[in-house]
Amino acid sequence: MATVAARLALQADAPVAAVGADPVRHRPRSLLRFITCGSVDDGKSTLIGRLLYDTKLICADQLAALEDDSRRHGTQGTDIDFALLVDGLAAEREQGITIDVAYRYFATAQRQFIVADTPGHEQYTRNMVTGASTADLAIILVDARKGVLTQTRRHSYLVQLLGIRQVVLAVNKMDLVGYDQARFDEIVSDYGAFARSIGIEACTALPVSGLRGDHITGPSAHMPWYAGPSLLAHLETVDVDVEAVQRRPLRLPVQWVNRPDQDFRGYAGQIAAGTVCPGDAVRVLPSGRNTTVTRIVTADGDLDAAVAGQSVTLCFADEIDCSRGDVIVRADEPAQVADRFEATIVWMAQEELLPGRPYWLKLATQTVTATIHGPKHQVNVNTLEHLAAKTLGLNAIGVATLSTDRPLVFEPYTGDRTLGGFILVDKLTHATVGAGMLHFALRRSQNVHWQALDVSREKRAGLKHQRPAVLWFTGLSGAGKSTIANLVEKQLAGLHRHTFLLDGDNVRHGLNKDLGFTDADRVENVRRVGEVARLMTDAGLIVITAFISPFRAERAMVRQMMAPGEFIEIFVDTPLAAAEARDVKGLYRKARAGQLRNFTGIDSPYEPPQDPEIHIDTTAISPEEAADRIVARLLDA
Amino acid sequence: MTPRTVGSPGTGPVRLTHLQRLEAEAIHIMREVVAEAERPVMLYSVGKDSAVMLHLARKAFFPAPPPFPLLHVDTTWKFRAMYELRDRMARASGMDLIVHRNPEALARNINPFEHGSALHTALWKTEGLKQALDRYGFDAAFGGARRDEEKSRAKERIFSFRSSSHRWDPKQQRPELWNLYNARKAPGESIRVFPLSNWTELDVWQYIGRENIPIVPLYFADLRPTVARDGLILMVDDERFPLAPGERPVLRQIRFRTLGCYPLTGAVPSDARTLPEIIRETLAATTSERQGRAIDQDQAGSMEKKKQEGYF
Repeated sequence: MATVAARLALQADAPVAAVGADPVRHRPRSLLRFITCGSVDDGKSTLIGRLLYDTKLICADQLAALEDDSRRHGTQGTDIDFALLVDGLAAEREQGITIDVAYRYFATAQRQFIVADTPGHEQYTRNMVTGASTADLAIILVDARKGVLTQTRRHSYLVQLLGIRQVVLAVNKMDLVGYDQARFDEIVSDYGAFARSIGIEACTALPVSGLRGDHITGPSAHMPWYAGPSLLAHLETVDVDVEAVQRRPLRLPVQWVNRPDQDFRGYAGQIAAGTVCPGDAVRVLPSGRNTTVTRIVTADGDLDAAVAGQSVTLCFADEIDCSRGDVIVRADEPAQVADRFEATIVWMAQEELLPGRPYWLKLATQTVTATIHGPKHQVNVNTLEHLAAKTLGLNAIGVATLSTDRPLVFEPYTGDRTLGGFILVDKLTHATVGAGMLHFALRRSQNVHWQALDVSREKRAGLKHQRPAVLWFTGLSGAGKSTIANLVEKQLAGLHRHTFLLDGDNVRHGLNKDLGFTDADRVENVRRVGEVARLMTDAGLIVITAFISPFRAERAMVRQMMAPGEFIEIFVDTPLAAAEARDVKGLYRKARAGQLRNFTGIDSPYEPPQDPEIHIDTTAISPEEAADRIVARLLDA
Repeated sequence: MTPRTVGSPGTGPVRLTHLQRLEAEAIHIMREVVAEAERPVMLYSVGKDSAVMLHLARKAFFPAPPPFPLLHVDTTWKFRAMYELRDRMARASGMDLIVHRNPEALARNINPFEHGSALHTALWKTEGLKQALDRYGFDAAFGGARRDEEKSRAKERIFSFRSSSHRWDPKQQRPELWNLYNARKAPGESIRVFPLSNWTELDVWQYIGRENIPIVPLYFADLRPTVARDGLILMVDDERFPLAPGERPVLRQIRFRTLGCYPLTGAVPSDARTLPEIIRETLAATTSERQGRAIDQDQAGSMEKKKQEGYF
């Protein structure tokens, strides 16, 4: 305790010097955000604890708590266990591991630092990706005794994937290899070859000991053979090219339209790239309208210029349509607009990615519906091999094609994190299930255009003297969907209506014969049926479909495809026990016997409609009565 | 106070200072909430962090006033000087001020002297906040918490979700990448949003100085009537303070690093009467700012527990 107090006293002057004589109007400092990554026992938390300690960011009361903790949970005998300082949550303290992203703050005279401490074990790839997404620099820790491990390669790949340009290789625990230069050189050479192979350009290697403090904030007496800067000195001076983003053309995603009264209309947002001045010609995407910036409004007065990173409000010379989700760009160097992309996707949810299912996609201030097609490949993050994959599970990384329901204004991620990085959100649970980085737009979306047709869907429907509609039957296997649907079609035919019945079993003999019964295949099955139904409504038909269609998300997707009011969801409600008792096709018996996998109601879920247009309780009315009611509802509508 | 010109054409790139970056980030966060939430509100506790947050909100939506009300979850035990500043700032901002006092706590006359800090905080603050959010149907609430304050805060997201019963589940936090915030939620769920997450205590003081933000005078040293209790120097702010037989308030030169309920907030001996003096003192300090808060220390892992139960 005495030595600790003495150290603190010695260092008390250092941060005061950081702000000089006038701490309010001190020399402005810059900000560096970095992440530390390493394997479980590489000593990450100890290293961060040491940085905080040596820059005097640990206060006496925290230190007292730390000493107390060190005695109870510590792994360093009577010494202070710095790891306990940064392992925040109670559960983690018990397990002795860091399980989430934690952010730490410290400052020196030159710079303010924000550290993302990210865990090293395999199941937490998503945390590392999260921490890396905002970092300018990455410290990759290697245990000098173990050298470059599988996890080191994985972390380096993720760092490179997230676009971090500056990498520091910290060879830690040098004290445990006798501060041996040959060992250090060997590791640096191993790592250098690997780093170059995955595209890491700038890498600085340092021999350190987090536990003993060698080369953390000052020189080390133990390693006279190393002449380079300490870790802290490197972090203080390393050039992160934040200005590069200012040299690029203007990109300003509009967050919010500021309209306090009739006389003022401003477009608020944070500049993602480039600079802007009053008088600049700009274009609003995706509409493509041009105008001129008249003012850059802030509470501190109008600005003559603003740069990437600032949050501002712009006013235009013309009253043009511009709202949240639009992107203001330099008129002569606009961003790209597309609705079909190739992207790298990192999956972050327990429930696996379902190709074809619609997810919310948020990119900058744009939120659209996106569907992801079957991945081209998954990346084995340990070997960097490409593996065939039909889906992506938790912490998997893959490359896939995705389509959006509306055009997105974007840039490739490698050039612009803001306009190239996106998150995927589950439409029902609202969880963030994935993140991605756009590579490029696919030519198909640029070259496949809608062909305008002279005969409209209204004209086709008019010839048939009817309004098109989709009668979408959903319910368990054996609920009576096909029986009732068949009766409905017979009645409609008798009334001279033009109909077509798409039956689940029949479609699986042809159009969808390549699909099975996994969740992913069920989603694709329903998507294709939805597209066919849409074409048929364009042709003026009344479409009747009889599919289990177990998931709400896909039924909602089909509803979205149709014109408002055309989609009529009919819930054929039969309790599982009743359907199983009927077992017309003998399928329940097989499923119960384990001969049939992924059977809805048995080992695959059914999500009943929450608000169907028509609810048929088959335990209360006959199929004929049900058909009468449906036809009456259709013709009334 | 920001320089009017941050960069002119042809003069090369401009490096933003860390305070400019933190300011821009906080403004971005506030605008995202207003664009995506239905009924946002700003929790206003009248402390220095609240002062900075309110100032940033006025900047974010300028020239419009911030499009949400201020909510003060009152305990009736704040320092008098806090109530004065609260009313003045609400008027100046042009925002509505909602003051909520838990009716149950009011009826039972809950106070820290007779009921202890744990019950006092649970009823007035934790329950009071839940009541206010439910009553007005707020689905997003800004709070001034910073990640450097306390270990469990260091892992909390900027957009932090609460179940319909206001609970925080540290294991179910949504990953937060880049500056993309997922604000989607089910009916009944709400979000606490922390625009100052990445600020440190020093940043807050320097920003207050740079922007001339009004703060409660108790942050500056002065001679004040005090008594020493359980290792804390407490200020006798009004006649409700129960003195032991023979106990007399002593005038001490003190100031506060953090402000809460006066019977629970310890002062520090200090001669810092100006902002530069406060900043120098903060830098040289060997205790963290929440050390004066009795409620953080009543049990180990204390703040994480309170947060899971719905404390801000």
